[in-house]
Amino acid sequence: MDSSRREMLRGAGGIAVMALAMAAGLLKPAAARAMTWNKAAFDTKSFADAVKALGGPPAVESKDVVLDGPDIAENGAVVQFTIRSQLLDTESIAVLVEKNPNTLAANFQIPPGTDAFVTTRVKLAESSKVYALVKAGGKYFYAAKDVKVTIGGCGG
Amino acid sequence: MADPMKIRAVLDPATGKVEVKVLMAHEMETGQRKDAKGAVIPAWFIQGVTATCNGRTVLDAEWGPAVAKNPFLSFRFGGAKAGDKVVISWVDNHGDKRSDEAVIQARS
Repeated sequence: MDSSRREMLRGAGGIAVMALAMAAGLLKPAAARAMTWNKAAFDTKSFADAVKALGGPPAVESKDVVLDGPDIAENGAVVQFTIRSQLLDTESIAVLVEKNPNTLAANFQIPPGTDAFVTTRVKLAESSKVYALVKAGGKYFYAAKDVKVTIGGCGG
Repeated sequence: MADPMKIRAVLDPATGKVEVKVLMAHEMETGQRKDAKGAVIPAWFIQGVTATCNGRTVLDAEWGPAVAKNPFLSFRFGGAKAGDKVVISWVDNHGDKRSDEAVIQARS
């Protein structure tokens, strides 16, 4: 009784593995992106954890990071932010929303020759502190801003 | 295949920098919402965005589902001239992808 149940489970497992392998074969580039996509960082639920998952020691607040955005967002589904870094050797710029289900919204790698400047639009589930996190010279710096949301951007 | 992106790439002769503005067509479903029957609508969002110019990567981004629907993106880079092409590519968590390009215009 027990052993046949085990056999069945094993069989089901095998099918699942095959299906996975097939999916991987069919969706190779996506699989490659899915493997590099930093799931751990995008799953975090606090600013401190997100910084850690991005490989950083605790970030330091800096006046050289400028986060431009609204004080009040009427619609949390679309809130535009511009981030500028005046730090030398800026390597990446990330946008984080403290009160969203997951903190990290986007992370931009800035290669040499590209300005430390990016504008993007994110969702805010509710009124929240928004962070711009900049990696420069291997260190982490941030600017933060409180944004009040009238209508949330997530949930249904 | 998703709808094409709208891309504008303008060279400012004063600074020598190219300003790129991109508008993508994508649902960017968070995976948090529920439909009328209470079932969770699965997450569907762009995970990776890459911009290249003359074979050089000028921006590489990882996105989560918190990026707004029909994402807008703007950035600036140097080392290109009018007539060069900027290529923007994205891939979403379903493996769907899209690549579009724009010719750099000089600001008149």
